[in-house]
Amino acid sequence: MNSLTEAKRQPTDWQGPAMQKRIARRYAAERRFKAMGFGAILLSAGFLAFLLVVMVGNGFRGFTQTELPLEIDFPAATGGASPSEFEGPNGNTNLQALGLRDIVDSSIEIQYGDDGTELFSPGGWTTVSAMILADPKIVEQKVTFDLPVASDIDVAYKDSGNDEAEAKVAEYSNQFSTGFNWNFLSNSDATDPMQVGIWGAFKGSLITMIVTLLLAFPVGVLTALYLEEYAPTNRLTDLIEVSINNLAAVPSIIFGLLGLAVFLNFFGMPRSGALVGGLTLALMTMPVIVISGRNAVKAVPPSIREAALGIGASPLQVVFHHVLPLALPGILTGTIIGMARALGETAPLLMIGMRAFIATPPSGITDPATVLPVQIFLWSDEVDRGFVEKTSAAIIVLLLFLLMMNALAIYLRNRFETRW
Amino acid sequence: MTSTTLLFLVLGLGLVAWFFGRLKAASLQTSGTSSRSALHSLPTYHGWYVALWAIVPAAVFLTVWSFVSPAMITDAALTSSAASQLPQDGFSRAAILSEARAIAYGYQVNAFNPLSQSMVEPYREAISYYQMIGAVAALLLVFACGVYAWLRIKPDLRARTKIERVTMFVLLLASLIAIVTTVGIFLSLVFESARFFSMVSPIDFLFGTEWNPKAVAGPRGETGFGAIPLFWGTVFIGAIIAMIVAIPLGLLSAIYLTQYAPAKFRSWMKPILEVLAGVPTVVYGYFAALTVAPALRDFAVSIGISGASSESALAAGVVMGIMIIPFVSSMADDSIAAVPNAMRDGSLAMGATQSETIKKVLIPAALPGVVGGVLLAVSRAIGETMIVVMAAGLAANMTANPFSSVTTVTTQIVQLLTGDQEFDSPKTLAAFALGLVLFIVTLLLNLIALRVVKKYREAYE
Repeated sequence: MNSLTEAKRQPTDWQGPAMQKRIARRYAAERRFKAMGFGAILLSAGFLAFLLVVMVGNGFRGFTQTELPLEIDFPAATGGASPSEFEGPNGNTNLQALGLRDIVDSSIEIQYGDDGTELFSPGGWTTVSAMILADPKIVEQKVTFDLPVASDIDVAYKDSGNDEAEAKVAEYSNQFSTGFNWNFLSNSDATDPMQVGIWGAFKGSLITMIVTLLLAFPVGVLTALYLEEYAPTNRLTDLIEVSINNLAAVPSIIFGLLGLAVFLNFFGMPRSGALVGGLTLALMTMPVIVISGRNAVKAVPPSIREAALGIGASPLQVVFHHVLPLALPGILTGTIIGMARALGETAPLLMIGMRAFIATPPSGITDPATVLPVQIFLWSDEVDRGFVEKTSAAIIVLLLFLLMMNALAIYLRNRFETRW
Repeated sequence: MTSTTLLFLVLGLGLVAWFFGRLKAASLQTSGTSSRSALHSLPTYHGWYVALWAIVPAAVFLTVWSFVSPAMITDAALTSSAASQLPQDGFSRAAILSEARAIAYGYQVNAFNPLSQSMVEPYREAISYYQMIGAVAALLLVFACGVYAWLRIKPDLRARTKIERVTMFVLLLASLIAIVTTVGIFLSLVFESARFFSMVSPIDFLFGTEWNPKAVAGPRGETGFGAIPLFWGTVFIGAIIAMIVAIPLGLLSAIYLTQYAPAKFRSWMKPILEVLAGVPTVVYGYFAALTVAPALRDFAVSIGISGASSESALAAGVVMGIMIIPFVSSMADDSIAAVPNAMRDGSLAMGATQSETIKKVLIPAALPGVVGGVLLAVSRAIGETMIVVMAAGLAANMTANPFSSVTTVTTQIVQLLTGDQEFDSPKTLAAFALGLVLFIVTLLLNLIALRVVKKYREAYE
């Protein structure tokens, strides 16, 4: 077409078959590329959906428990105990003295044969105990309780278990019922998966988060105000800025090493306590609050500052009376996001010993405690299959809390953020 | 009186002081014969002035006292008659004393050693005696300083200036915490690592290929601290497998969302992708260990790959890559958005299709930013702990087979520091040496990445 011998180059024939083919090829590449992008998004979102489906699919069973009916003839078993013995503060002690556990076990043996106790969760009698304490009058009657079954039976009934458990499930299949597992919300860690609960870990998380918030929020806000409003441009300010940016990028496990070396070994603070956990997480959260706080303070227009200065406010009054209140919604949004990250953090807390088996909820900041993510980690290590659904159920609870915190942050941002 | 109640009492008295200071200033203001301006500062500032004078000296005293008094308490307890029965040997003596102290403070209920039970009573007496002294002195300080400040309230007292000076000091102090933390991290890592390197040669640690800290027996001449397999595992999972997943998915997602997607689709998908970054790592770890790893192992067995383990590098790496997707995608998003529109428009005007514009103009122009983002993502991936702890396993293998088990720096830190900790054994201290390496590497990656991103931004401004 455009050979050298020709003096004049022919105009390109855009309608010719060669060009049409070329354009078609280019458009096909365009469509392929677009589809690849769309596919990437779908794949990423699909991963998220798959993760959630797996967790919810495993986890919702953790909120239910399989129960078998058990009839206890209290007048016969106790020899006629009167309800008044189990009222008031001594009720629990009297119940223990009566040997409630043996009463429950012998009732099981009467009803389900000699190896019937293997059907029930070893901690099931505490359900009976709680019901008697709530309503002592039932000790004068024959009462039928729905008691949680043993863990392997529970797994076999809900899903599929070992042969022995499956055989038992088949034997009593028409008697099983499914109830809501209140224990899961009110108990703490235990060795029997039927008796575990997240209350202890939840309370530990709550106390740790309070410590973190009380330390990280004031320090973060004050640092953001200082850097944005007052800091002179000198070497010290540069050093502060570099430190904050570095801290935001340091892996979380390094903070755990710091907590171990400094708070536990150097200052001798109590191990496993919410105090050390909160301190460590506060150091991690503080840079997040500073960075979001600086952006919020920066977004307040200078005219506000100039107007306040103009009517005679001191530099401090300008910031604390005008800039800070206007920047607060932005700062709070950043704080909530930082706290949500701290709530899901596990690694640094493993370093400072918050991975112990804690069967009683902590009552103070120095008591040994554990937190929700660490509890999830500990349960995931258990060999007993009954823990699988409990782990996923705890994950659902954790994700719900994170969702709520993020929703709150989004609400705050939409409701209070001013566009200048 | 416990130190907590004392603290609250001091704070309560500070509130009272604030009230009195404010009251006096207000009365000066109203009774003043001259005009309102006779009072230099608003009454509130006078209130704060008195309150600070009341609280701060007492608080400083209490802090110092809490460091000084334990030694005095121990001395006092040792002068008691029960102390004469204590063994002379320093170690068992210290053990008994610390047990008695724990019981006296109520941290512990029962004593293992009967001798410490006998020391509890002297300890309790000494503790209550010194706590009483501390409380009385603190309260006296509150009163003395409070009254002094209250007496100083005059119309021309520059209370506001003083309060503002204190506030500025507090602001500066808060900012310095960041520096203190950074220095604290660095010093604690360096200090513990130095102790480790006094037992194990740094050359053996950095270039040794055998990692087996459990085999260590004697205090000297240790082997089994070669960290190369750990470094390889970390790089293999965090920088290779995770990035093979995260870079294409993150980059393509960012391109589609910024260049093709309708605004409504974008406003829905972007937050959904960001949820991926907000899911706690322990959840990813559990997902990897429970679902992904068994599936990958079964797959590997079915296609006949030998050495497939249920704790595979691939499971941990893939899940970590998924976690990193939003990170890569938001960095790519930013750098593509920073490319001047004129370049894009020019390319489109020449007749290039949109994908040609993206591939030949936008991506090359945004490349430094994307590379910086990838470096940041790598630094985050190699510092990630829970996914690898739960899914990657503990065997220190030097293998490029993604279906076999490898271990990482962070996994080993967790492994070394759980269970019994003895702070003079190289096994525990090795965790700090690994932490130091991790800290330095992530720091360098971040510095390089930020420099690359910054330089590239400047090029287009």
